[in-house]
Amino acid sequence: MRILLVEDDVTVRAFVLKGLREAGHVVDEADNGKDGLFLAVSESYDVLILDRMLPGGIDGVRILETLRVQNNATPVLLLSALADVDDRVAGLKAGGDDYVTKPFAFSELMARVEALGRRGRSEVVPQTRLTVADLEMDLLARTVKRGGEKIDLQPREFRLLEFLVRHAGQVVTRTMLLERVWDYHFDPQTNVIDVHVSRLRQKVDKPFDHALIHTIRNAGYILRAD
Amino acid sequence: MRVPQFLVKSFKPRWPVRSAGLNFALAYGSVFVLSAGLFLSFIWWNTTGQIERRVEVAVQVDAHDLAQRAQRGGMAGLVRAIQDRLDHNVEDDALYLLVGPTGRRYAGNLPGWPTAVSGTDHFYELAIQRDSFRTRAKMHAYILPGGCGLIVGRDIHGRELVRHVLMDTLIWAWIMVSLLAAGGALVMRGIFRQVVGSIARTTAAVARGDLSRRMPLTGNETDSISQTVNEMLERIDRLMDGVRQVSNAIAHDLRTPITRARARLEEASVTATSEQALRSAVDRAVVDLDHVTSIFEALLRIAQLEAGTRRAAFTDLEVPPLLEGLAELYEASAEEASLRLKLRVDAVRPVHGDRHLLQQALANLLDNAIKFAPSGTDVVMHAGMVGNDVFIAVMDAGPGMSPDDMARASERFFRAEAARHTPGSGLGLSLVQAVVALHNGRMVLQDRKPGLGVTLYIPSLGGELVREGSIV
Ligand SMILES: Nc1ncnc2c1ncn2[C@@H]1O[C@H](COP(=O)(O)OP(=O)(O)OP(=O)(O)O)[C@@H](O)[C@H]1O
Ligand SMILES: [Mg+2]
Repeated sequence: MRILLVEDDVTVRAFVLKGLREAGHVVDEADNGKDGLFLAVSESYDVLILDRMLPGGIDGVRILETLRVQNNATPVLLLSALADVDDRVAGLKAGGDDYVTKPFAFSELMARVEALGRRGRSEVVPQTRLTVADLEMDLLARTVKRGGEKIDLQPREFRLLEFLVRHAGQVVTRTMLLERVWDYHFDPQTNVIDVHVSRLRQKVDKPFDHALIHTIRNAGYILRAD
Repeated sequence: MRVPQFLVKSFKPRWPVRSAGLNFALAYGSVFVLSAGLFLSFIWWNTTGQIERRVEVAVQVDAHDLAQRAQRGGMAGLVRAIQDRLDHNVEDDALYLLVGPTGRRYAGNLPGWPTAVSGTDHFYELAIQRDSFRTRAKMHAYILPGGCGLIVGRDIHGRELVRHVLMDTLIWAWIMVSLLAAGGALVMRGIFRQVVGSIARTTAAVARGDLSRRMPLTGNETDSISQTVNEMLERIDRLMDGVRQVSNAIAHDLRTPITRARARLEEASVTATSEQALRSAVDRAVVDLDHVTSIFEALLRIAQLEAGTRRAAFTDLEVPPLLEGLAELYEASAEEASLRLKLRVDAVRPVHGDRHLLQQALANLLDNAIKFAPSGTDVVMHAGMVGNDVFIAVMDAGPGMSPDDMARASERFFRAEAARHTPGSGLGLSLVQAVVALHNGRMVLQDRKPGLGVTLYIPSLGGELVREGSIV
């Protein structure tokens, strides 16, 4: 993916840049709002990562608003040191697609960037069937089959599996699951999500030879075909 | 033409007195003096008018009577009648003059026809000479049939006297009223000063840092101000308390994980012999720092909630779906801990609140219950109405808390002795307390022997009771 990173803190920028490049992405960088806006307008990117607070008058939200006014729909992830829910809402209202607060784990940022990049590409055609390896999901009939065998899932388990399948091959974090599958925006302290994933595994993976859902240490989960 | 700015400014009329107390007193005084003036003027006008009208009516009646005499008794009768009246006029205030068409004087006590009296259509008021003294008189002239001229009038010297006495009395009364008004104004100003002074003294003491001072309540109208100021002080006090608690907390409870992370990193940098060891030390330090971050975030959030300004996301909420969602989320965790999570929702009214905050609060309660309850027991979430409040209770059959611990449960970082070996930082209930307070509700802890019940009471909106249900 082509990614633009606008962040003024040198250490954070270098850290994110290195991580994204190691993951095989092409990343441009800017350390102030003016350069960032210039790049965002003149080049075409798959995802923009904008720090909310930038020196020199043009901050992340301004860049975002300018882009949206010009009908530029590139997915935008906002980075912010403000953890307040109101700020989150304000950021999303300005046209942001996702929001990560500092300090963050790189794995969280990475997972969200990849999810955004994929969304930019795939959401054009609404799908009614999803398949990964021998797993098939029928989104209309709301049925799941693996290797031709029907699997019974609760509605929430179905949505959880659907989310994992839609992001197959990508790491999804616990917070992402809590936000996207349950629509909760709070810190659940305990491992509520882990328990739900392990229940899903019991049904989707346990009876079969090889597992589809894998745990990624310090990050989250991934659903993979291999 | 443009007018210079300073001119425009200086042209604006401006009341020169700044002191509110003085203005108050001045306003009071002027209203008093003005109304007294109006009142006294009315008395003056009414009394003198009354006397005036009396004279006029008497003169007219008299003249009418004499005219009739003239008709019946002719000139001689009229002369007799006038003479008669003059003889019987004890007060000696009646004035008459009868002259013939040629100007010859027939009767009366006026020396001659006054030159000023030239018409017969209205009263004349003039100075006249009577016998040996000068006096004022009011008179009216009439032309009788046959061309005779008749003047009927009254000496109004007495009336003038009354007028003077009345005027003097009223002026003195007005002076006295003004003095009273000035005295009253001074008293008013004094009262005003005293009230303002007591507010000022208290607020000044507070400004100097003595937050325990409160305005005395005296039972008069200023109590509403005092009460508001006291409430404000109460709030400032609470906020200051929060700040103090947070700084203490940062001093003690954040130092621990930071110190731990620091020690780990330093030790690893000095002693680690393999990359493996170094990595694992760094990973553990990252976990410690994440812990610090989460404590930090929780503290900030609690402080923000306690400031009471975060009501932007408040909407009218149905409680049952909110509880069902949470029960569904936590049911798996409960089962994993070999607990049964039961939900019972009676018919409840909607509440006005922030969905995410209420979810967070209830999640904290469920989290505690699941953390502390022994396996094989039930965790019950029960919602219903008491009076006008919606209550939501989370009850477990765990170790419960002692009354002393309960009293301190919502303090930041408080953890009971028995909870030392469980994970957590003691901020869960503080947040619940803050959320509930933001919703104008309250949190009540109670010992269920065995177990703890935490009940949140939140004021409901009026309206329909919403469906009931239960998940067991
Ligand atoms: N359901 C319960 N049963 C017994 N004790 C409880 C229960 N809930 C809370 N407590 C006591 O109250 C203390 C404070 O609870 P609180 O939720 O604020 O902190 P915590 O659970 O220890 O940590 P955190 O919620 O921040 O992870 C707990 O440490 C525990 O001693
Ligand atoms: Mg807790």
